[in-house]
Amino acid sequence: MYIIIVGGGRLGFKLAQSLLDKSHEVLVIDKRQELVDRIIAEMGSVAIVGDGCEGKILESAGARRADIFISLTSEDEDNLVSCQIAKHYFKIPRTIARVMDERNEMLFKALGIDIIINSTNIILEYIMHEMPSPPVMHLIQERDRGFEVVNITIPPSSSVIGRGIGELALPESAVIALIIRRGATPVLPLEGVQFEEGDQVIAATSPENEPFLRAVFTGQ
Amino acid sequence: MGCSRVGARLAEMLSEDGCQVTVLDIEANSFKRLSQNFNGTALLGNGLDEATLVRAGIETADAFVAVTQGDNRNIMASQIARHIFKVPRVVCRIYDPLRRDLYSELGLITISSTTVVANMVKNKLFV
Repeated sequence: MYIIIVGGGRLGFKLAQSLLDKSHEVLVIDKRQELVDRIIAEMGSVAIVGDGCEGKILESAGARRADIFISLTSEDEDNLVSCQIAKHYFKIPRTIARVMDERNEMLFKALGIDIIINSTNIILEYIMHEMPSPPVMHLIQERDRGFEVVNITIPPSSSVIGRGIGELALPESAVIALIIRRGATPVLPLEGVQFEEGDQVIAATSPENEPFLRAVFTGQ
Repeated sequence: MGCSRVGARLAEMLSEDGCQVTVLDIEANSFKRLSQNFNGTALLGNGLDEATLVRAGIETADAFVAVTQGDNRNIMASQIARHIFKVPRVVCRIYDPLRRDLYSELGLITISSTTVVANMVKNKLFV
Protein backbone atom coordinates (compact mmCIF):
# COMPACT_ATOMS: atom_id res chain seq x y z
CA MET A 1 0.00 0.00 0.00
CA TYR A 2 1.07 3.58 -0.62
CA ILE A 3 0.88 5.64 2.57
CA ILE A 4 1.50 9.39 2.85
CA ILE A 5 2.43 10.80 6.25
CA VAL A 6 2.33 14.53 6.98
CA GLY A 7 4.61 15.44 9.88
CA GLY A 8 8.09 13.98 10.22
CA GLY A 9 8.64 14.49 13.94
CA ARG A 10 9.26 11.65 16.33
CA LEU A 11 5.91 10.00 15.67
CA GLY A 12 6.07 10.36 11.88
CA PHE A 13 9.64 9.06 11.86
CA LYS A 14 8.82 5.93 13.84
CA LEU A 15 5.64 5.31 11.88
CA ALA A 16 7.48 5.56 8.56
CA GLN A 17 10.06 3.10 9.84
CA SER A 18 7.45 0.59 10.99
CA LEU A 19 5.50 0.82 7.73
CA LEU A 20 8.64 0.38 5.64
CA ASP A 21 9.48 -2.69 7.71
CA LYS A 22 6.12 -4.07 6.68
CA SER A 23 7.02 -3.44 3.02
CA HIS A 24 4.63 -0.55 2.47
CA GLU A 25 5.50 2.33 0.18
CA VAL A 26 5.82 5.44 2.35
CA LEU A 27 6.32 9.15 1.80
CA VAL A 28 6.75 11.66 4.64
CA ILE A 29 6.02 15.36 4.03
CA ASP A 30 7.35 17.97 6.44
CA LYS A 31 8.07 21.69 6.21
CA ARG A 32 11.29 21.31 8.17
CA GLN A 33 14.34 20.52 6.04
CA GLU A 34 16.34 19.08 8.95
CA LEU A 35 13.67 16.49 9.77
CA VAL A 36 13.40 15.47 6.13
CA ASP A 37 17.19 15.13 5.94
CA ARG A 38 17.19 12.94 9.01
CA ILE A 39 14.56 10.60 7.53
CA ILE A 40 16.40 10.38 4.20
CA ALA A 41 19.68 9.62 5.97
CA GLU A 42 18.03 6.82 7.91
CA MET A 43 15.55 5.33 5.43
CA GLY A 44 16.43 6.52 1.93
CA SER A 45 14.46 8.93 -0.24
CA VAL A 46 11.07 8.56 1.43
CA ALA A 47 10.62 12.17 2.55
CA ILE A 48 10.09 15.55 0.89
CA VAL A 49 10.10 19.12 2.18
CA GLY A 50 6.80 20.93 1.83
CA ASP A 51 3.44 21.91 3.24
CA GLY A 52 1.16 18.89 3.44
CA CYS A 53 -1.88 21.13 2.90
CA GLU A 54 -0.55 22.47 -0.40
CA GLY A 55 -2.16 20.97 -3.50
CA LYS A 56 1.01 21.12 -5.58
CA ILE A 57 3.06 19.29 -2.99
CA LEU A 58 0.45 16.57 -2.62
CA GLU A 59 0.15 16.28 -6.39
CA SER A 60 3.92 15.81 -6.74
CA ALA A 61 3.79 13.31 -3.89
CA GLY A 62 1.48 11.18 -6.03
CA ALA A 63 -1.47 11.65 -3.68
CA ARG A 64 -3.88 10.45 -6.37
CA ARG A 65 -2.66 6.88 -6.05
CA ALA A 66 -2.24 6.85 -2.26
CA ASP A 67 -4.26 4.35 -0.23
CA ILE A 68 -3.90 5.92 3.21
CA PHE A 69 -3.21 9.49 4.29
CA ILE A 70 -2.03 10.21 7.83
CA SER A 71 -1.61 13.69 9.28
CA LEU A 72 0.39 13.87 12.51
CA THR A 73 1.40 17.49 12.95
CA SER A 74 0.93 19.19 16.30
CA GLU A 75 -1.61 21.67 14.85
CA ASP A 76 -5.17 20.40 14.76
CA GLU A 77 -6.27 22.76 12.00
CA ASP A 78 -3.44 21.57 9.74
CA ASN A 79 -4.31 17.93 10.35
CA LEU A 80 -7.97 18.57 9.62
CA VAL A 81 -7.41 20.49 6.42
CA SER A 82 -4.73 18.21 4.97
CA CYS A 83 -6.95 15.17 5.58
CA GLN A 84 -9.95 16.90 4.00
CA ILE A 85 -7.89 17.81 0.93
CA ALA A 86 -6.61 14.23 0.77
CA LYS A 87 -10.11 12.84 1.04
CA HIS A 88 -12.13 15.20 -1.14
CA TYR A 89 -9.63 16.43 -3.70
CA PHE A 90 -7.29 13.48 -4.09
CA LYS A 91 -9.93 10.86 -3.22
CA ILE A 92 -7.66 8.95 -0.86
CA PRO A 93 -9.91 6.26 0.63
CA ARG A 94 -8.64 6.33 4.20
CA THR A 95 -7.64 9.40 6.20
CA ILE A 96 -6.19 9.38 9.69
CA ALA A 97 -5.70 12.56 11.75
CA ARG A 98 -4.09 13.21 15.10
CA VAL A 99 -5.89 15.62 17.42
CA MET A 100 -4.12 17.47 20.17
CA ASP A 101 -7.22 19.08 21.65
CA GLU A 102 -9.72 16.38 22.51
CA ARG A 103 -12.58 18.84 22.06
CA ASN A 104 -11.90 18.61 18.33
CA GLU A 105 -12.44 14.87 18.17
CA MET A 106 -16.17 15.05 17.47
CA LEU A 107 -15.70 17.89 14.98
CA PHE A 108 -13.17 15.89 12.96
CA LYS A 109 -15.54 12.92 12.94
CA ALA A 110 -18.44 15.09 11.83
CA LEU A 111 -16.30 16.54 9.05
CA GLY A 112 -15.54 13.11 7.63
CA ILE A 113 -12.07 12.16 8.88
CA ASP A 114 -12.04 8.36 8.97
CA ILE A 115 -9.87 7.74 12.01
CA ILE A 116 -8.97 10.17 14.75
CA ILE A 117 -6.07 9.55 17.08
CA ASN A 118 -6.02 11.41 20.36
CA SER A 119 -2.46 10.77 21.49
CA THR A 120 -2.89 12.54 24.82
CA ASN A 121 -5.77 10.25 25.78
CA ILE A 122 -3.91 7.15 24.71
CA ILE A 123 -0.88 8.06 26.83
CA LEU A 124 -3.18 8.96 29.70
CA GLU A 125 -4.90 5.56 29.51
CA TYR A 126 -1.52 3.82 29.58
CA ILE A 127 -0.40 5.77 32.62
CA MET A 128 -3.69 5.12 34.42
CA HIS A 129 -3.18 1.45 33.56
CA GLU A 130 -0.03 1.49 35.67
CA MET A 131 -1.70 3.03 38.72
CA PRO A 132 -2.11 0.61 41.65
CA SER A 133 -5.16 -1.66 41.23
CA PRO A 134 -7.75 0.70 39.84
CA PRO A 135 -11.22 -0.78 40.38
CA VAL A 136 -12.25 0.06 36.81
CA MET A 137 -10.04 0.43 33.77
CA HIS A 138 -11.28 1.54 30.36
CA LEU A 139 -10.08 -0.78 27.65
CA ILE A 140 -12.09 0.51 24.70
CA GLN A 141 -14.09 3.71 24.46
CA GLU A 142 -16.55 4.04 21.59
CA ARG A 143 -18.35 7.09 22.86
CA ASP A 144 -20.15 7.90 19.62
CA ARG A 145 -21.39 4.30 19.32
CA GLY A 146 -22.59 4.42 22.92
CA PHE A 147 -20.51 1.75 24.58
CA GLU A 148 -17.24 1.10 26.33
CA VAL A 149 -15.33 -1.97 27.43
CA VAL A 150 -14.06 -1.99 31.00
CA ASN A 151 -11.95 -4.18 33.22
CA ILE A 152 -13.29 -4.35 36.78
CA THR A 153 -11.20 -5.92 39.54
CA ILE A 154 -13.24 -7.62 42.25
CA PRO A 155 -12.14 -6.36 45.70
CA PRO A 156 -12.10 -8.60 48.82
CA SER A 157 -15.20 -6.83 50.16
CA SER A 158 -17.29 -7.52 47.05
CA SER A 159 -20.71 -9.06 47.49
CA VAL A 160 -20.38 -11.04 44.23
CA ILE A 161 -17.71 -13.36 45.60
CA GLY A 162 -19.05 -16.92 45.61
CA ARG A 163 -22.00 -16.00 43.39
CA GLY A 164 -22.62 -16.76 39.74
CA ILE A 165 -23.61 -14.39 36.95
CA GLY A 166 -27.28 -15.41 37.12
CA GLU A 167 -27.50 -14.10 40.68
CA LEU A 168 -26.43 -10.55 39.85
CA ALA A 169 -28.71 -7.64 39.05
CA LEU A 170 -26.81 -6.18 36.11
CA PRO A 171 -27.68 -2.95 34.32
CA GLU A 172 -29.63 -3.56 31.12
CA SER A 173 -27.01 -2.83 28.50
CA ALA A 174 -24.12 -4.58 30.27
CA VAL A 175 -22.47 -7.64 28.73
CA ILE A 176 -20.07 -9.65 30.87
CA ALA A 177 -17.59 -11.12 28.42
CA LEU A 178 -14.73 -12.74 30.28
CA ILE A 179 -13.27 -13.44 33.71
CA ILE A 180 -9.51 -13.28 34.06
CA ARG A 181 -8.36 -15.21 37.10
CA ARG A 182 -4.94 -15.07 38.70
CA GLY A 183 -2.85 -18.14 37.89
CA ALA A 184 -5.52 -19.66 35.64
CA THR A 185 -6.67 -19.41 32.06
CA PRO A 186 -9.46 -16.88 31.49
CA VAL A 187 -12.97 -18.31 31.77
CA LEU A 188 -16.31 -17.40 30.26
CA PRO A 189 -18.93 -16.24 32.77
CA LEU A 190 -21.14 -19.27 32.21
CA GLU A 191 -23.72 -20.72 34.62
CA GLY A 192 -21.95 -22.40 37.52
CA VAL A 193 -18.88 -20.18 37.38
CA GLN A 194 -18.55 -18.27 40.64
CA PHE A 195 -16.74 -14.98 41.02
CA GLU A 196 -13.62 -14.91 43.18
CA GLU A 197 -11.68 -12.17 44.90
CA GLY A 198 -9.17 -10.57 42.54
CA ASP A 199 -11.00 -11.66 39.39
CA GLN A 200 -10.79 -9.21 36.54
CA VAL A 201 -14.15 -8.92 34.85
CA ILE A 202 -14.14 -7.73 31.24
CA ALA A 203 -17.48 -6.15 30.39
CA ALA A 204 -19.13 -3.93 27.81
CA THR A 205 -21.53 -1.26 29.02
CA SER A 206 -23.05 2.03 28.03
CA PRO A 207 -21.09 4.92 29.58
CA GLU A 208 -24.20 5.95 31.57
CA ASN A 209 -24.53 2.52 33.16
CA GLU A 210 -20.86 2.13 33.98
CA PRO A 211 -21.26 3.44 37.58
CA PHE A 212 -24.05 0.90 38.22
CA LEU A 213 -21.98 -1.94 36.77
CA ARG A 214 -19.05 -0.90 38.90
CA ALA A 215 -21.28 -0.80 41.99
CA VAL A 216 -22.46 -4.37 41.38
CA PHE A 217 -18.91 -5.73 41.44
CA THR A 218 -17.10 -3.39 43.81
CA GLY A 219 -19.87 -2.04 46.04
CA GLN A 220 -18.55 1.46 45.32
CA MET B 1 -12.43 36.19 13.52
CA GLY B 2 -9.05 37.80 12.92
CA CYS B 3 -8.49 41.48 13.51
CA SER B 4 -6.18 41.62 10.50
CA ARG B 5 -6.16 44.71 8.28
CA VAL B 6 -9.07 43.26 6.36
CA GLY B 7 -10.80 42.13 9.55
CA ALA B 8 -10.47 45.50 11.27
CA ARG B 9 -11.62 47.44 8.21
CA LEU B 10 -14.58 45.11 7.68
CA ALA B 11 -15.56 45.38 11.34
CA GLU B 12 -15.56 49.17 11.08
CA MET B 13 -17.58 49.17 7.88
CA LEU B 14 -20.20 46.82 9.29
CA SER B 15 -20.34 48.72 12.55
CA GLU B 16 -20.86 52.01 10.65
CA ASP B 17 -23.71 50.29 8.79
CA GLY B 18 -25.36 49.62 12.14
CA CYS B 19 -24.51 45.91 12.52
CA GLN B 20 -23.70 44.50 15.92
CA VAL B 21 -20.11 43.29 15.49
CA THR B 22 -17.73 41.24 17.67
CA VAL B 23 -14.11 40.97 16.55
CA LEU B 24 -12.09 38.03 17.82
CA ASP B 25 -8.29 37.80 17.83
CA ILE B 26 -5.62 35.92 19.77
CA GLU B 27 -3.33 38.97 19.79
CA ALA B 28 -4.41 41.93 21.92
CA ASN B 29 -2.15 44.18 19.80
CA SER B 30 -4.26 43.52 16.72
CA PHE B 31 -7.12 45.49 18.22
CA LYS B 32 -5.03 48.65 17.81
CA ARG B 33 -6.05 48.50 14.16
CA LEU B 34 -9.63 49.35 15.13
CA SER B 35 -10.43 53.06 14.89
CA GLN B 36 -12.73 55.27 16.95
CA ASN B 37 -15.52 54.56 14.48
CA PHE B 38 -15.81 50.98 15.68
CA ASN B 39 -18.44 50.63 18.37
CA GLY B 40 -18.67 46.86 18.58
CA THR B 41 -16.92 44.40 20.90
CA ALA B 42 -13.29 43.32 20.70
CA LEU B 43 -12.80 39.90 22.27
CA LEU B 44 -9.44 38.30 23.00
CA GLY B 45 -9.52 34.56 22.33
CA ASN B 46 -9.04 31.63 19.99
CA GLY B 47 -11.70 31.28 17.32
CA LEU B 48 -11.04 27.55 17.06
CA ASP B 49 -12.25 27.12 20.62
CA GLU B 50 -15.98 26.51 20.82
CA ALA B 51 -16.29 28.07 24.28
CA THR B 52 -14.70 31.28 22.98
CA LEU B 53 -17.04 31.31 20.01
CA VAL B 54 -20.00 30.96 22.36
CA ARG B 55 -18.69 33.87 24.42
CA ALA B 56 -18.47 35.86 21.21
CA GLY B 57 -22.18 35.18 20.69
CA ILE B 58 -21.93 32.72 17.79
CA GLU B 59 -25.14 30.94 18.82
CA THR B 60 -27.23 33.95 17.86
CA ALA B 61 -24.98 35.33 15.11
CA ASP B 62 -26.38 35.94 11.62
CA ALA B 63 -22.96 35.77 10.00
CA PHE B 64 -19.41 34.59 10.70
CA VAL B 65 -16.28 35.77 8.87
CA ALA B 66 -12.82 34.17 9.16
CA VAL B 67 -10.00 36.44 7.96
CA THR B 68 -6.92 35.44 9.98
CA GLN B 69 -3.59 35.02 8.19
CA GLY B 70 -3.85 31.22 8.34
CA ASP B 71 -5.86 29.41 5.68
CA ASN B 72 -6.30 26.32 7.83
CA ARG B 73 -7.40 28.30 10.86
CA ASN B 74 -9.97 30.10 8.73
CA ILE B 75 -11.18 26.85 7.21
CA MET B 76 -11.50 25.04 10.52
CA ALA B 77 -13.25 27.94 12.26
CA SER B 78 -15.65 28.38 9.35
CA GLN B 79 -16.56 24.70 9.42
CA ILE B 80 -17.21 24.92 13.17
CA ALA B 81 -19.44 27.96 12.57
CA ARG B 82 -21.25 26.31 9.67
CA HIS B 83 -21.61 22.72 10.84
CA ILE B 84 -21.64 22.93 14.64
CA PHE B 85 -23.31 26.30 15.25
CA LYS B 86 -25.33 26.44 12.01
CA VAL B 87 -24.54 30.11 11.42
CA PRO B 88 -26.64 31.08 8.37
CA ARG B 89 -23.87 32.90 6.51
CA VAL B 90 -20.19 32.01 6.80
CA VAL B 91 -17.49 33.65 4.71
CA CYS B 92 -13.92 32.36 4.76
CA ARG B 93 -10.77 33.90 3.35
CA ILE B 94 -8.42 31.32 1.82
CA TYR B 95 -5.19 32.48 0.19
CA ASP B 96 -4.49 29.16 -1.53
CA PRO B 97 -6.61 28.92 -4.72
CA LEU B 98 -6.78 25.11 -4.63
CA ARG B 99 -8.09 25.08 -1.06
CA ARG B 100 -10.50 27.87 -2.00
CA ASP B 101 -11.97 25.80 -4.83
CA LEU B 102 -12.20 22.67 -2.70
CA TYR B 103 -13.96 24.30 0.24
CA SER B 104 -16.41 26.22 -1.91
CA GLU B 105 -17.35 22.81 -3.35
CA LEU B 106 -17.73 21.61 0.24
CA GLY B 107 -20.22 24.37 0.97
CA LEU B 108 -18.28 27.30 2.41
CA ILE B 109 -18.48 30.77 0.93
CA THR B 110 -14.82 31.43 0.17
CA ILE B 111 -12.71 34.29 -1.09
CA SER B 112 -9.17 33.81 -2.33
CA SER B 113 -7.60 37.23 -1.94
CA THR B 114 -4.65 35.95 -3.97
CA THR B 115 -6.80 35.30 -7.04
CA VAL B 116 -8.99 38.37 -6.53
CA VAL B 117 -6.07 40.78 -6.19
CA ALA B 118 -4.08 39.18 -9.03
CA ASN B 119 -7.10 39.59 -11.31
CA MET B 120 -7.61 43.21 -10.29
CA VAL B 121 -3.95 44.03 -10.91
CA LYS B 122 -4.11 42.32 -14.28
CA ASN B 123 -7.21 44.28 -15.25
CA LYS B 124 -5.53 47.57 -14.32
CA LEU B 125 -2.55 46.66 -16.52
CA PHE B 126 -4.62 46.31 -19.65
CA VAL B 127 -7.13 49.12 -19.26
